[in-house]
Amino acid sequence: MGNFDLLMQGFGVAITPMHLVLMVAGVLLGLVVGVLPGLGAPNGVSLLIPLTFTLDPTSAIILLSSMYWGALFGGSTTSILFNIPGEPSSVATTFDGYPMAKAGQSTRALTLAFMSAGFGALLGVLVITLLAGWASDFALRFGAPEYFAVYFLAFAAFIGMGSASPVKTVVSLSMGLLLASVGMDNVTGEVRLTFGFSELLGGISFLVVVIGLFGIGELLATVQEGLKFRGVSSRIDLRDVFRTMAELPRYWATSLRSGLIGIWMGITPGGPTAASFMSYGIARQASRKGEPFGTGRPEGIIAPETADHSAGSCAMLPMLALGVPSSATAAVMMGGLMIWGLTPGPMLFATKPDFVWGLIASMYISNVVGVILVLMTVPMFAALLRIPFAIIGPMIVAICFVGGYTVSGASFDLWLVLLFGLVGYLFTRLDYPLAPLVLSMVLGHKAENAFYQSMILSDGSLKVFFSNPLVGSIMALALALLILPKLLQLGGRLRRRQPVE
Amino acid sequence: MTYLKTGAIAAVALLAALPAAAEWAPERPLEFVVASGAGGGTDNFARTIQAILTKQDSIGRPVVVLNKGGGSGAEAFLYAKQNAGDPHKVIFGTNNVYLLPYVAKLAYSTEDLQPVAALAMDEFLIWVKADSPYQTAIDLIDAAKADPGALPFGGSQSKDTDETLVALIEQKTGADFKYVPFNGGGEVGVQLAGGHVVANVNNPNENLGQWQAGAIRPLCVFAPQRMAESEPIFDGKGWHDIPTCAEQGVGIESYQMPRTVWVPAGVPEDALAFYRTALQGVAESQEWKDYLTKTSQSGAFLTGDELQAFIDNSETSTVEVFKAEGWTAE
Repeated sequence: MGNFDLLMQGFGVAITPMHLVLMVAGVLLGLVVGVLPGLGAPNGVSLLIPLTFTLDPTSAIILLSSMYWGALFGGSTTSILFNIPGEPSSVATTFDGYPMAKAGQSTRALTLAFMSAGFGALLGVLVITLLAGWASDFALRFGAPEYFAVYFLAFAAFIGMGSASPVKTVVSLSMGLLLASVGMDNVTGEVRLTFGFSELLGGISFLVVVIGLFGIGELLATVQEGLKFRGVSSRIDLRDVFRTMAELPRYWATSLRSGLIGIWMGITPGGPTAASFMSYGIARQASRKGEPFGTGRPEGIIAPETADHSAGSCAMLPMLALGVPSSATAAVMMGGLMIWGLTPGPMLFATKPDFVWGLIASMYISNVVGVILVLMTVPMFAALLRIPFAIIGPMIVAICFVGGYTVSGASFDLWLVLLFGLVGYLFTRLDYPLAPLVLSMVLGHKAENAFYQSMILSDGSLKVFFSNPLVGSIMALALALLILPKLLQLGGRLRRRQPVE
Repeated sequence: MTYLKTGAIAAVALLAALPAAAEWAPERPLEFVVASGAGGGTDNFARTIQAILTKQDSIGRPVVVLNKGGGSGAEAFLYAKQNAGDPHKVIFGTNNVYLLPYVAKLAYSTEDLQPVAALAMDEFLIWVKADSPYQTAIDLIDAAKADPGALPFGGSQSKDTDETLVALIEQKTGADFKYVPFNGGGEVGVQLAGGHVVANVNNPNENLGQWQAGAIRPLCVFAPQRMAESEPIFDGKGWHDIPTCAEQGVGIESYQMPRTVWVPAGVPEDALAFYRTALQGVAESQEWKDYLTKTSQSGAFLTGDELQAFIDNSETSTVEVFKAEGWTAE
């Protein structure tokens, strides 16, 4: 098989002492960047780009992509420990990761997250290796209606299976859509919902909202519960790490399914964030037994983490082969490629095999390096939870605000963090689900753009969403995911109701 | 009175120091404010300049790059307005600096910024899918005339450079396209390669990858003369082999996007002079020439009156298009 030979050649390029040092350095830097909310992989990578001008392109991309993997790992850490997602794509990890850590099992939660992340990433790279040519051809078939169908599918998969009261879900969803439409709209060029605040021109940053909703909101809730941070009792033992690793094979179905969802969303540019939400939603639907989701179920950590990372690795493919970045970090790396004089496109695979396959080979190695490095940090991070609340509480507040500020360096965002902290607190108290709000903020604007473009193309006919087998089948699947669970619920009224998330 | 004496000495010392102080140099780290998100064309422009300046050591202070791409770049220009008179903020944009206020109601005007220099011109070409029936720009325009409003023409953003150019083509030739706005040049390139739109007007480096692969091909370039000689890219053809649109009979002499550098209004002339000299050094460096070749842009170093004339000219002609399309805000 041609690809296999090329991959071996790639390993030859990737395994040099210099490259291994770059990988370790990249992963460690990424971990730091990922753990600090708001700083995030895109910022970290763009800070490093000028430094890479002195490296050759292969070394440079190995450094940058290793940093990306590190940041993805790091982002999950704060999601689990403090309910503050370090990266947009690790929001879904908070749903079960944080409750598990709160229940004193932070080591288990972190290990589950890192192991499944590593598994997802490797699955993603494997697909890139085997299907590079085919996948980029497939992605070319995606026009505006197909894009909309994919976003709609992500919405449907997550919402259709929601267990909160439908009205509250709709409220939360609509609020997210409203927030997503603030700022200048790309399709119409209109400025919307800024109320004369020029700070809102660029829209409301998703990360700022998430830091407020989850970080500050959770903190307020903790304060109300009597200043107790219930991680204190967590045991810290490296043996726990191995015990958790041993229980992983039990969840093979969740892992595999989530990995496939991630691959699909990475190639059809839905992106890692959409992938993690969709995968979480489907995992919740697929498993019926045991304690409910949102209370610290292992599947609730495995599903989003696996999907997030497999999507993250697969997102490199459209970037290299088509020049379409499906995540913010990929966009920055693509900018780097152009500065180094490489043109992303179908020919990159043919004209620069050393670069492409060196990168792919490095993805195998640096993800393994990443998993080993982060597992070693688990006891250290888990120990953070033993610090009394009186000390860690103010630190979390500081981290949240610093994070909110770093997103775009605007002091206006600090007010937004505070405001959304209150919103998050109220939502939690009143049992409104936060997830639909977050999901519609991430995908709302993209879905709107794709819908608008489809409507321009079809002169306003909805039939465009069923105009070819590809878009038709995605739409049909989405509608089924949206409606079927409700029908089943209606049919099986006797079945015990799923508790509210 | 020793105080008086010290005072006098100090005054003399100050006077002696004055001529030296006229040579302005940064006293604090510089902020390079980029009017686009990370990874875009403007971002690469700013970061390349940052890297070259650092290498030449002509600033003497650290440089921090800030991306303020919100509202099609308006965020960066508003930031300039808020920091009026601050010589440590340098803003990187295109022609959006002076065109945005026409199409959207924004809290800044072009007078809130002063142009320092333009360092490059990005070209626009008409591209079609490789297997498209259109061999020249006129073929495409005739097809659009024959079936008004049916041919989807992709471009990035709304009422921005791409849509303006498509509108200009329509006004000059009487053709009627269906303009579909996408988020960025790369995305439009893929939409064209996948056959979801019939044509686009991407910049060279946005479509280079797809052309190399033979998925799409250029019809003509909106420049006064053909582009510089280059290595052959596909099928033995390079950038120089692409005819100009005027050659093909589309009545548009030139349509280019300048890559521009600005400072906030109220920055003193000696600081402007400092930046002009530093950027001149960038424009003459080998690294800059490499950057232009790699991104297939045309080099052009404009400052002072020459730059102002270019801006005035570009502003007048574009605003005519805006008015004809009814896009002007208010």
